[in-house]
Amino acid sequence: MSAASQDVATRNGVFARAAIYAILILFAVYYLLPLYVMLANSLKPLDEIRQGNMLALPHQWTLAPWLSAWSTAQIGVSPTGLKPYFLNSVMMVVPAVAISTILGALNGYVLTKWRFRGDTIVFGMMLLACFIPFQIVLIPSARILGLLHLAGTVPGLILIHAIYGLGFTTLFFRNYYEAFPTELVRAAQIDGASFFQIFRRILLPSSGPIIVVTVIWQFTNIWNDFLFGSSFSSVDSIPLTVALNNLVNSSTGVKEYNVHFAGAILAALPTLIVYIVSGRYFVRGLMAGAVKG
Amino acid sequence: MTQTQAEIAPALARTRRAPRETLQELLPKIVLAPSFALILVFVYGFIVFTGFLSFSGSKLLPDFSTWVGFDNYVRLFRHPNWIVSLKNLAIFSVLYIVICSVIGLALAIFLDQKIRGEGLLRPIYLYPMALSFIVTGVAWKWFLDPGIGLEHAMHELGWDSFSFRWIKQGDMAIYTIVIAAIWQSSGFVMAMFLAGLRGVDNEIIKAAQIDGASTLTIYRRIIIPLMRPVFLSAFVVLAHLAIKSYDLVVAMTDGGPGTATWTPALFMTKFTFGRNEMGMGAASAIIMLMMIFAIIVPYLYSELGQKK
Repeated sequence: MSAASQDVATRNGVFARAAIYAILILFAVYYLLPLYVMLANSLKPLDEIRQGNMLALPHQWTLAPWLSAWSTAQIGVSPTGLKPYFLNSVMMVVPAVAISTILGALNGYVLTKWRFRGDTIVFGMMLLACFIPFQIVLIPSARILGLLHLAGTVPGLILIHAIYGLGFTTLFFRNYYEAFPTELVRAAQIDGASFFQIFRRILLPSSGPIIVVTVIWQFTNIWNDFLFGSSFSSVDSIPLTVALNNLVNSSTGVKEYNVHFAGAILAALPTLIVYIVSGRYFVRGLMAGAVKG
Repeated sequence: MTQTQAEIAPALARTRRAPRETLQELLPKIVLAPSFALILVFVYGFIVFTGFLSFSGSKLLPDFSTWVGFDNYVRLFRHPNWIVSLKNLAIFSVLYIVICSVIGLALAIFLDQKIRGEGLLRPIYLYPMALSFIVTGVAWKWFLDPGIGLEHAMHELGWDSFSFRWIKQGDMAIYTIVIAAIWQSSGFVMAMFLAGLRGVDNEIIKAAQIDGASTLTIYRRIIIPLMRPVFLSAFVVLAHLAIKSYDLVVAMTDGGPGTATWTPALFMTKFTFGRNEMGMGAASAIIMLMMIFAIIVPYLYSELGQKK
């Protein structure tokens, strides 16, 4: 990592540096403000939000909004809180991430180490699939799920998420394996190692980082998805993002802002934790998704 | 004797392995085939399906018995909601792309000045990217709500004339969505630019410094022009996010007040599933796809082409 532009920095005056720090801190406040507002107000009684200042810390601290958001808040027709939907999301995310990651790894392996005529076109078509607006597949997907008797079920959502994640997982593994020395694969082949042996013994042991990147990327995307969740779920399979939106935007009853904020943080918590624990990999995934090559 | 055996054994093994070898040769394609088939059907097949729908008279359900030619497209571009959606998309994407890029580049340059605490600031700038747009939407919806949010807070603090009710105003509501979207994505753009800045060759900078170029000149004439590929990547990512923008709008305004914050993505779902205008919904999806392909295809083509 070169410190190229950092050399420019040393020539700045004290005043300029103070200004730079001020701007950087100002932006940090801007990015943290909504999180602070959510957190502070999720710990206030409702009256305090209505009459008080949203930017203030709670006078009277309470965990009631969190408990309500988790287990008793009215969502749709039933007062279940977000808990069952949280579980729906977990049951949807885990298999979808696993399937798309495994297939992506195998695809990346084939596309880099077992090249064939037309593999660039195959890869190009899979890559392009990453970027389609999902509105274009909404109607036929609903039909297919209906035909497969998977409409409105968690397995239906798993299928959809696994398929539409394939493009990105293949991209990640392809780019990673591209840099892996092909000579090692050829040598193992000459020694009589089979297709799967080479994958398991030679590529997989050094795939740790890219597996982490891919799993985080898929987990974040599928956990945060709203479009598929709202289009293909029924009462028993509604994912958390959709439930949260139902909670916040239901037109009936008193608007319990504190419960909404607690619910929003609950919905954000899994991805936030992943980000805090392994931010480096998260950023790498974002970059890989943005800058191919 | 032993010698001949040693010579024969591999030869035997080779002949015995022959059928397995063909299987081995086919295996890579067999492994790839299911994924590719799924993509072919679920992406390209479905695009064709939606394409056909857009020329059909489908209302509540797909209906391939009545063909209406370009009628859905004509009705689409005559529909005020679609025009509003396109106008909003134009406002949203221009502001979103430009402001995210400006903030992203500025923060990256500032962070690159041997800043103490960079390790703390960077994750703070980036964490919104880990959140769902629904969460972002909930936070900003209530924060910008005049009844309880920022305006109310300012009144509580004694600034009674403070007024900020854009989210309730038809002509301004789209800008509140821009604010929330920038909050979510600008840190990511910063990370892209920072990676770009860190990749700039030290020697070029040193040479310019020896020639007496000022810091500003070095950035303006050397470093920022070198960032062109990053600008391109950022543009492609942001533009494609803008065209797809759906969740955030649903969470913040659900298109309101009235139809003030409709976007093409919102139009598609509302017309297809809410108003039983599947033909028009499909037509709007096709237009969205064409917009995205117009940006993505040349980009991917050049990216894939470069590697050959």
